[in-house]
Amino acid sequence: MNAKILIFFVFAVITLGNTAQAQGFANLGRTAEGFSEPQRGYTFDFPKDHGAHPDFQIEWWYLTANLKDDAGRDLGLQWTLFRSALAPESNPTWSSPQIWMGHAAVTTPDAHFVAERLSRGGIGQAGVTAAPFDAWIDDWQMTGETLDAVTLTASGEDFAYEVSLTAQGPLVFHGENGYSQKSDSGRASYYYSQPFYKVSGTLILPEGPVAVTGTAWLDREWASQPLAATQVSWDWFSMVFDDGARMMGFVLHDSDGGDYTQATWITPDGQTIAYPDGAFEATAMQRSAVAGRDVPTGWRVKLPEQGVDVTVTALNPQAWMDTSVPYWEGPVTILGSHSGRGYLEMTGY
Amino acid sequence: MTRVSASAFWSYWMRNPWQLAMLLAGLALSTALWSGVQAINAEARASYASAADVLDAGDVARVLKSDGSSFTVEDYVALRRLGWLVSPVLEGETELDGHRFRIVGIEPLTFPAALPERLQEGDGLVDMVGARPVVLAHPDDVTLLTLTDMQVRADRTRPRGNLLMDIAAADRLLASQGEIRRLLLNPQKPINQKPLPRDFRVARTDVQADVARLTQSFHLNLTAFGLLSFAVGIFIVYGAVGLAFEQRRSMFRTLRALGISLRTLVIMLALELSVFAGLAGLAGVGLGYVIAAALLPDVAATLRGLYGADVAGQLQLRTSWWLSGMAMAFGGTAVAACAAIYKLARMPVLSFNHPRAMRIGTSRAARGLAITAVGLFALGIGIQTVASGLLAGFALLACLLVGAAFALPWLLDRALCLAQGQSRSALVQWFWADSRQQLPGLSMALMALLLAMAANIGVSTMVSSFRLTFTDYLDQRLSSEIYLSATTTEEAQEITAFLRDRVDAILPIMSAQSRVGGLPAEVYGIIDHSTYRTNWPLIDAEPDVWDALAAGDGALVNEQLARRQGWTLGDTLPSGDRLLGIYSDYGNAVGQIILSADVFVQRYPEADRLRFGLRTNAAAEITEALNTAFDLNEDQVVNQSELKAFSLQVFERTFAVTGALNILTLSVAGLAIFISLLTLATMRLPQLAPVWALGLTRAALSRLELLRAICLAAMTTALALPVGLILAWVLLAIVNVEAFGWRLPMYVFPIDYMRLTVLALIAALLAALWPAIRLARTDTQSLLKVFSNER
Repeated sequence: MNAKILIFFVFAVITLGNTAQAQGFANLGRTAEGFSEPQRGYTFDFPKDHGAHPDFQIEWWYLTANLKDDAGRDLGLQWTLFRSALAPESNPTWSSPQIWMGHAAVTTPDAHFVAERLSRGGIGQAGVTAAPFDAWIDDWQMTGETLDAVTLTASGEDFAYEVSLTAQGPLVFHGENGYSQKSDSGRASYYYSQPFYKVSGTLILPEGPVAVTGTAWLDREWASQPLAATQVSWDWFSMVFDDGARMMGFVLHDSDGGDYTQATWITPDGQTIAYPDGAFEATAMQRSAVAGRDVPTGWRVKLPEQGVDVTVTALNPQAWMDTSVPYWEGPVTILGSHSGRGYLEMTGY
Repeated sequence: MTRVSASAFWSYWMRNPWQLAMLLAGLALSTALWSGVQAINAEARASYASAADVLDAGDVARVLKSDGSSFTVEDYVALRRLGWLVSPVLEGETELDGHRFRIVGIEPLTFPAALPERLQEGDGLVDMVGARPVVLAHPDDVTLLTLTDMQVRADRTRPRGNLLMDIAAADRLLASQGEIRRLLLNPQKPINQKPLPRDFRVARTDVQADVARLTQSFHLNLTAFGLLSFAVGIFIVYGAVGLAFEQRRSMFRTLRALGISLRTLVIMLALELSVFAGLAGLAGVGLGYVIAAALLPDVAATLRGLYGADVAGQLQLRTSWWLSGMAMAFGGTAVAACAAIYKLARMPVLSFNHPRAMRIGTSRAARGLAITAVGLFALGIGIQTVASGLLAGFALLACLLVGAAFALPWLLDRALCLAQGQSRSALVQWFWADSRQQLPGLSMALMALLLAMAANIGVSTMVSSFRLTFTDYLDQRLSSEIYLSATTTEEAQEITAFLRDRVDAILPIMSAQSRVGGLPAEVYGIIDHSTYRTNWPLIDAEPDVWDALAAGDGALVNEQLARRQGWTLGDTLPSGDRLLGIYSDYGNAVGQIILSADVFVQRYPEADRLRFGLRTNAAAEITEALNTAFDLNEDQVVNQSELKAFSLQVFERTFAVTGALNILTLSVAGLAIFISLLTLATMRLPQLAPVWALGLTRAALSRLELLRAICLAAMTTALALPVGLILAWVLLAIVNVEAFGWRLPMYVFPIDYMRLTVLALIAALLAALWPAIRLARTDTQSLLKVFSNER
């Protein structure tokens, strides 16, 4: 499909930088002329900051959920809204330089359903308002009085879902109070999460409606050129342990061989400890052939300072997001020093 | 020496300026005919390609407003938020740099079909929606535009006067005066899509594809004309150059005798002919432009009628036909020059220019040509038996036409010989013998006349047959007086309840999409009604076809599907149905299967039942009653007579063009005869002088000249008739089947042929008139000189 090639350009070229497919998410650090830059020591202003920041180049509302149905089967769900700006402005016409992309997915142990939507801003087809909270693209929506209680809907040709999310704990801020550094050269983004959602609702799958419950994790991040030119891909882990603690860690891979890691340890009551580069380790253990590529779907993950040494295994290794910018995103099972469930995102494979 | 012979060449033309003019005119006219037809053809082709769909999204369904109004941005967003994956197309007209342009704005992020390639070049979408957005325009328009805040890229697939760009750029250019009249619907359908609100409806685009297919017939018609005019043209060029050589035979002999080398002469002749070809070619292409420009508005009007708009009625100078016109002039001249140079090389330096000897020589040549003709016929038939396809069809056409032309001199010679044998009176015998003597000089012109006549008969027969068949077919297929489509099932029920006592019959039109042999096909369900029994255009059917169909015993299929799949009556279709009958379905690109309504409903319970045909004697009243009782728009109630009128209008346009081309080709053939006769006139004095000396007046001689021209033209026309009919048959039964999958029945139009014959005879008469008048006025002195001065 030509349209796909084109859409790839939107995010790969405009927003994220490079043209080579394998580097779809890479080079988030293209020149950000006129755009605002994240500042160390920024004081977040809620609910306003739950909304869109058109003066920043890119932004996302990224929700993943680990679910179980009545029979105890593990399932995963993803709902993502990306915003990408061609220019640091917004106007209520076709000419608005804001472009939106939605990804939705449901993963079962033996199937993975994906849908994608694209829209331009300005006309009301997609957008995010802070109060009351409403994030939408076409018929997909995440909406509620506040971010603490929202309903979430999405649909594709072969699946749909409608779930309710209720926050059971506070927002958590990564890095230095939400200023998340991505490289030694000081590139950064604003990054906070709501990792304490309780979820219940219904998935519509080809087999019929499936009632589900579980936990969900919302990532909020915005920036203008968060990555260095040589940072070409990443592996990102969100983990919800059975004891109520949570952990976020990512490895950014550099084309010249070096990695840059960050991690956040989240106690059950929402206290955070941020770990600098080098504390978090993730080693690929098991690889799968996915969509004609070689993708690591089994990992050993360590955060020695919290005594974490676990294996992370994909619930369904084929959780490939065959979207304009393709990547791997799916639920994982965690065993070892800690046990639990989580989500894994891998780009650049 | 070269200078001397050049001045000899030149002085010959100076002494005979009319010969030079005629040679140039012949070359120029045949080039004009060829390039004129080519120009129309290229233009039509370009227009079809672009008009087929502005967006290359012809297969994509659309969402329209039920009341036919345009969409607001809010409508679009509301539909997207209901899960309808639509994409807006903003359209409008505006003036840019003093030219009127149609602006088409698309939304690339949601566009459901392939975007034009040129849009994806460079930085793709970044360029398209960026600060200097990309605009696609036809190459000819690019030069007209000076938009500084946009990047204009040339794209041959754009219709002229039409600019494609991002919707935001279009909105800016149109100063928000554009309208969104259609939303393209993505075939992907989310599973929890909400119902479409009543204000909107989904339109499939089948109809457009049908119409596009139909116009290809029109195009084929033009292609055939192009081919035929090429053949006519090449004969004329050959004739004109050949005669220019014959006329100067004695001059060449004199020059050779004076010691100019053969090589010098050959080079001189080749140079001279190149200059003539260049001059006449240029004039011809220019003249062709005039012909095309005069005819093109009709072609453009046809296309506009079919597609609604967007077709430029103005002719563009396309390099392709400009070049092909010049190639025609040079190619024809080169072929003719080869023959002339060959003759020049073999000409004995001291030979007399003896017409009688020339006749015997060319009589042998005529027999050779006739044998070649037989070979060509065999080749054409051979190709047809071995190969199939459109090219083989055209190859057969070419063999047939050229063969017929080659056979002509020999056939005419035999006919004249026969006439001579039958004659008793000395004068009549002399008349026929003298005609035979003239034949070699006239044969090229007569071949051109034959081809022109045959082409005209063939093409008019094809077009007329098509029109007749199509008119009948429309009467049969569009047998309901009103066609109605409801938006929802409820509306359909309300309307049928309302109509039940008001009309004679309500015929539901139920259809579903299917695939046969990997290609899309439509399945229809019809109820048992006399409308079908009396009107349906069955080509082949079992005796009790309608009873069997009503009983659910089988299916009917359209001709193109049956041909494609090789099905015959009684076959079992992949669906398990028995093939009960085959019907003609002109203008439809896809296969069609008809089942009884009961079987259809069982098989396709999901299919919409929203369309109906209504039988009534009071169509106007019913239409009005429907419009008053229900809020229906124009598209929902279609009056059959309007539909027919629209379809037939297309053919009227085709006729206008065909008619004009008829007259043109005949005129060119007439001119060829004129040139030939004029040339022969001077050479014939030695033959006429003795007859004059025996007592025949100059007036009587010139009357005989006129009579002879008409006799030869009549004989040629008589031969052209069967050739034209065979040509028509090949076009209808072979080329049409290959091109479209349907075979048209051939009708004969004797009155048309009479008219064409009369036109051809008038052309011949007009051509002979001036040479005859000249003969009548010939100074007796020059006749007497023949005896004193015979070489």
